[in-house]
Amino acid sequence: MTTFNLNGRPLTVDAADDTPLLWVIRDLAGMKGTKFGCGIGMCGACTVHLNGRAVRSCITPLGAVADAAITTIEGLDPQGQHPLQKAWIETQTPQCGYCQSGQIMQAATLIKDYPNPTDADIDAVMNGNLCRCMAYVRIRKAIKLAAEEMRGAAIHE
Amino acid sequence: MVKRIFIGLFVLAALAGLGVFALAWRPALPPIDPPVASSFPADLVAKGEQLAGAGYCATCHTARDGQAYAGGFGLESGFGTIYSTNITPDPDTGIGRWSEAAFARAMHEGVARDGAQLLPAFPYTHFTKVSDDDLKALYAYFMTRPPVKAEARQNTLPFPLSIRALQAGWKLLFFDFDKGVYQAQAGKSEEWNRGAYLAEGLGHCSACHTPRNSLGGERSDAAYAGAPIEGWLAPALTAANPAPMPWTQDDLYDYLRSGVSIHHGVAAGSMSEVVHGLAKLPDSDVRAIAVYFADRNGSAVQAVNADQALARAMALAQRDPGVEPEHGAQLYLSACASCHYNGGTAPLPARPELALSSTVNGPDPGSFIHIVVGGIGQKDGMPGAYMPGFGMALSDADIAALAAYLRGSRTTQPPWNDLPAAVAGVRKPSPAAP
Repeated sequence: MTTFNLNGRPLTVDAADDTPLLWVIRDLAGMKGTKFGCGIGMCGACTVHLNGRAVRSCITPLGAVADAAITTIEGLDPQGQHPLQKAWIETQTPQCGYCQSGQIMQAATLIKDYPNPTDADIDAVMNGNLCRCMAYVRIRKAIKLAAEEMRGAAIHE
Repeated sequence: MVKRIFIGLFVLAALAGLGVFALAWRPALPPIDPPVASSFPADLVAKGEQLAGAGYCATCHTARDGQAYAGGFGLESGFGTIYSTNITPDPDTGIGRWSEAAFARAMHEGVARDGAQLLPAFPYTHFTKVSDDDLKALYAYFMTRPPVKAEARQNTLPFPLSIRALQAGWKLLFFDFDKGVYQAQAGKSEEWNRGAYLAEGLGHCSACHTPRNSLGGERSDAAYAGAPIEGWLAPALTAANPAPMPWTQDDLYDYLRSGVSIHHGVAAGSMSEVVHGLAKLPDSDVRAIAVYFADRNGSAVQAVNADQALARAMALAQRDPGVEPEHGAQLYLSACASCHYNGGTAPLPARPELALSSTVNGPDPGSFIHIVVGGIGQKDGMPGAYMPGFGMALSDADIAALAAYLRGSRTTQPPWNDLPAAVAGVRKPSPAAP
């Protein structure tokens, strides 16, 4: 039995400690926004937030997340209107869309750390998030657009 | 003539045996009826709880998933596995029948209530420095814990190390000359002496951070020079520590208080148990320990050049892995950079900088490999931060390539030796598990 917080709600799961968090999120909690890609933490499709920071859920065992706050793409913004989500639509970033929830979750941590990210910052931090459609140019553009909106919001707060 | 020589040798051997016996023999102290918990004043128990934290007693005296202080934790000593004992006040399997005098004798002299010699895996060579008042408080704390019935597990020490009486000889070599409660050093501040008392006594820092000789004694000629411990590296606490940034008093304090120093990295392995234990101590005590070690490592001198050291490390941090990166660099970019990359002239607190890491800069890859394989739990290191283990994701060759790449690109240290063997060594399941 492990209890953690998923998108603001406590969740108690009766599964083995070594069950990947990704399986718990998709199969037990039924939230399908987070994707399975490689299963070894090398592609970024399964990225969620643990206590506010991006982490690969496919190699994170359930036993390690006891009492943690986990946020998935469904919980990033209550209305799905996070600046990154808006920027993703505005720039028509996704092609097939499979990697995008992981990309967005990783990008949210990037902008938290680097509110005005350079190309080098984006390339380094986003390198572990693969996009088989090669939408990297648009991903970079969307991140900069979202970062700009978030900086503006921070000034007006 | 030959017969006489034999008789002579026999008499000598008998005398030697008697000598060891005389040296080793300690009387059993009378058993007592377990004292009722209410006979100990609450403030004394509270003080004992703090001190038990300062000595991280629970780390060794609690088995994984076991009940607190009921023993059964296996320590791999290099000679064999030594299992910790039950120090709850259970009258039959714990220390319930130990008087305060028996408890004090065990702590100060390494002798059990029944007179048996204790093994130095129990660091009485340090606990001998603990004041009588503090022992009183520790006794009050342990005698008021819930008693747990749990027999001690049999050690796997080979003969003749299994003969406890022979420990008397070990004591003669490594202990008897250094026995006794800590004496304040003249010319040092009260804070320094408080730090030294905690570090040298209950904290038993040098039990891990000082290399041991072939008989398992701490090498006094190499105090705090760093040593391997269960496949990890307990780094040097002297000026010889190869971390790019000096371990200043403030860095030591941050690290010991919170589990993380932004200029060095996070506490992991058995060091996170130390941080959890020290959490019971007030800030002033943790500060005192930092004062003591900052003085020992001479970091105040190095601190003058800290800005340049930081700039050098940050330049290494941003080394370009190249257009066609080597395998280790590709792994770094795929698996590590998303969390460990730092773009500016100083690392962000939430992004542990590998170029500054004491682990990546250390002389032995053990700790690095352990962290890559097992990750860092939420309760280790930086509070609430988490790193997944890559043990199931990366092959031995991958981990070796990653280690070689980071060592070569992020530090100015010589390459680590025989990485494949080091990775295989960490992968090997521990004989003491669980």
